[in-house]
Amino acid sequence: MNLALLFDGMLVVLILAVAVWTVTVRDSFAAGIGYAVYGLLLALAWVRLAAVDAALTEAAIGGGLTSVLMIRATVRLRAGEAAARAATPGPLPRLLAALLGGSVAAGLALVVLALPDPAPTLAPQVAEHIATTGLGNAVTAVLLSFRAIDTLLEAVVLIYALIAVWTLTPDRFWGGRPGPKYETDPNGMLAYLARLLPPIGIVVAVYVLWVGADLPGGKFQAGTLLAAMWLLAIMAGLTEAPPISRRWLRGVLVAGTVVFLAIGFAGVPLAGAFLAYPEGFAKPLIVAIEAASMLSIAFTLALLVLGPPERRDQA
Amino acid sequence: MNVPTLFGLCGAVLVGLGLYGLVVSPQPLRKILAFNLVGSGVFLLFGVVARRGAALGMGGDPVPQALVITGIVVAFSATALAVALVLRLHDMTGAATLAPADADEPPVA
Amino acid sequence: MNALPAMLPETTTAGGFLLVLTLILPFVGVLAALTLGGRHARRVAMLAIPLGLVLSLAIVVEAVQTERTLVYLLGGWAPPLGIVLRADGLSAVMLLTTAVILLAVALFAHADFDTPPGTREARRPFMFWTLLLAMWGSLNAVFLAGDLFTLYVALELLGFAGVPLVCLDERAETLQAALRYLLFALLGSVLYMLGAVLLYGAYGTLDIALLAGLVRPEPAAFAAAALMTVGLLAKTALFPLHLWLPPAHAGAPAAASAVLSALAVKGSFFLVIRLWLDVMPGIITPAAGQLLAAFGAAAILVGNVVALRQKRLKMLIAYSTVAQIGYLFLMFPLAAGLSAMQLPNDPAVTGGLLQAVSHATAKAAMFMGAGLIYATLGHDRIADLAGVGRQLPMTLLAFALGGSALVGLPPAGGFLAKWLLLSAALTTGQWWWVVVMVVGGLLTSAYVFIVVMRALVTVDAGNTPKMVVPRHREAVVLALASLSFLLGLAALLPVDIVQIGRPQPFAAGLP
Repeated sequence: MNLALLFDGMLVVLILAVAVWTVTVRDSFAAGIGYAVYGLLLALAWVRLAAVDAALTEAAIGGGLTSVLMIRATVRLRAGEAAARAATPGPLPRLLAALLGGSVAAGLALVVLALPDPAPTLAPQVAEHIATTGLGNAVTAVLLSFRAIDTLLEAVVLIYALIAVWTLTPDRFWGGRPGPKYETDPNGMLAYLARLLPPIGIVVAVYVLWVGADLPGGKFQAGTLLAAMWLLAIMAGLTEAPPISRRWLRGVLVAGTVVFLAIGFAGVPLAGAFLAYPEGFAKPLIVAIEAASMLSIAFTLALLVLGPPERRDQA
Repeated sequence: MNVPTLFGLCGAVLVGLGLYGLVVSPQPLRKILAFNLVGSGVFLLFGVVARRGAALGMGGDPVPQALVITGIVVAFSATALAVALVLRLHDMTGAATLAPADADEPPVA
Repeated sequence: MNALPAMLPETTTAGGFLLVLTLILPFVGVLAALTLGGRHARRVAMLAIPLGLVLSLAIVVEAVQTERTLVYLLGGWAPPLGIVLRADGLSAVMLLTTAVILLAVALFAHADFDTPPGTREARRPFMFWTLLLAMWGSLNAVFLAGDLFTLYVALELLGFAGVPLVCLDERAETLQAALRYLLFALLGSVLYMLGAVLLYGAYGTLDIALLAGLVRPEPAAFAAAALMTVGLLAKTALFPLHLWLPPAHAGAPAAASAVLSALAVKGSFFLVIRLWLDVMPGIITPAAGQLLAAFGAAAILVGNVVALRQKRLKMLIAYSTVAQIGYLFLMFPLAAGLSAMQLPNDPAVTGGLLQAVSHATAKAAMFMGAGLIYATLGHDRIADLAGVGRQLPMTLLAFALGGSALVGLPPAGGFLAKWLLLSAALTTGQWWWVVVMVVGGLLTSAYVFIVVMRALVTVDAGNTPKMVVPRHREAVVLALASLSFLLGLAALLPVDIVQIGRPQPFAAGLP
């Protein structure tokens, strides 16, 4: 029994314990808190699996934004909690559900144990071709060169989700500002943090974006950080969410995808294919896409957390 | 037992646990949380696949590692949409469950 | 272990760039609609959709002329590292069907979703046109992507475009229907992705064509097939996972119902075909095919019986969709049966796809027709449809033609589809599916007949229309229904477009 495996074993036990608690705890608010802890523990698991890019994303989005979203929602749904709990299914449906979950888990465990050894991998292919991109981070090379279409479609996913959320706006508030108006004591702790952290956060985000070409990091991690800083300032009452009818806002939301598409189509005459980069220019073009996408991602993520407009634009 | 297998089993259990939660939770919000557990279990399995494919000095196969990042962002978008729907439904009806609205003749347009 | 089959690396074919344009055009439309805002959204859609129709026609022409799959290597990278777009006959037919139906829906919806004068941007019209483009983009991605993970993203896009269309009119019931639809869609895509993860773990690629050569009968492949199939069935609303569909499709505005019922469920069905016939033909057992078709048969019977009992026209049409989805799944045991007899499986595959196209065109026309009836009468109670025949003659004719296509009367597309499926069932001695198809056809004709008869009753007094529907809107519905009714004439075409690029399992011999 070596020490590392002992540590990993304890981590797995902890992850599973928090997960069980999140599912079974009576109070939904507590479940939301549980999910935040779970996200952070999972980020540790990603580090142990040598996937630092994924760890950063999981911590920022899974542990961070998703938890903020869930906790805010549980607070607003408090009133209906008791009635909802009364609808909990009886022992027999619960037993059947446990059988379903248990058999799926057991089946998957068998498949995991039967995975081929040595495992198939595309790492050698990535290593062979990464030089043409000029990037040092293989994950960034996959995301923005070899499988760039996935990343492009993912940017579209974010826009689709925001459109879908905005569709839920009550008609009288269309074009208004998302979320409630936050009023906070200007001398309070939150306002203090909201003044202190954003400048640091912005610097860190730009750094994470910049090193993403060669080290773990990139536009999603940086964009999430920026979104968090903006949300902090909004929730501290220092600034307001913009009305969704603003032209500049719409422009910022689509900018990343537009730049991505423009560079993608430029590849047709210049590099012989859509989403191909001309030789020697891959890295600067990828950094340009990442920079533009970071801003769009930051705004989209923050607006997804804030939800549909809830009040008129009184500006 | 090695490290990837350990986390692989962990991912398998998380998927099963999430499915259980998805079925038994009466509140849509808890169903959404359970869906996130299933999703994270699936991603963890993908991370295990990546780790097993470590080669040539790379700690893991970068292709699945990259796809996990995409997956996490997609799962977040889905969560945001689902939460917005639950809140809007709550504002409109005060309902916090998915019990079928007993609409014999739903007004249709 | 990681030895990929020795095959020539794929290259971009002539006309491959058409695939890129077809994929990207709707997304550019979404971005433009969002940025320009307001009444521009409709202009963007009215411009982009005809353009997309031309592009998909060009793809069909190119595929027919070259008689092979169109391919485009994105970024110039070949799989397994890169991702390709592919359009074989199946994809080309679905791309064209989608563009035709969207054009009809757009023409139909033009008047319904107009920004009121004096308003810069109104939620309902702005979102409708943006979501219509969004739905189109996600379907094109489903039909073109050659990679299982890209297809996962496309499936999520399809859900994110479909859910808000359900609750465009914000009422508690539609919000609830939308939430249930979303939960099913999310469960479906996460199970699908789990399957894709297992396949990558076992074979090291997500490319459909490469996987087809690698998949072997072993635990990972079986688990992946089961998980992905269940996930896709939840999204396709195959019985018993169908309960989310009727309230979702019936509660949406007519134009949105048309898109959801005609096209959205076909996206995930298309992936079932890809999975069963292209990725895993080697490991799907005959019993699995029979099981899938058994669910289909149950859907046909339950869906039709429940449809017969509906009091509202839109709910009837929605339950009819549940039944018609069932027909789609009869192709799997028939294709397997033909292959097992060393016969080409063309009749089953062409029949199944033709059924999808036929249902898509007929159902879109019927939902839009129901919308016109609702607008005219102010309700859609089947018992009180008297007078519709006089007020909306073209709409009623369209409903009857669409209904005949669902029943499978000649020369409808549904007739040719069922003919092909029936002959495949008889060839392979699977007579029980013949019984299901005949009973289903009788039940379908019963409710189509009831609606048409009710509407043909004339009334002398009262019943003033709430609104006079412009004739051109009726004409659009009739045109689409006529298309569905004449689709059976596709049998006269010199080539079977569906079969372009399909592997010929026994012609080439096994490697």
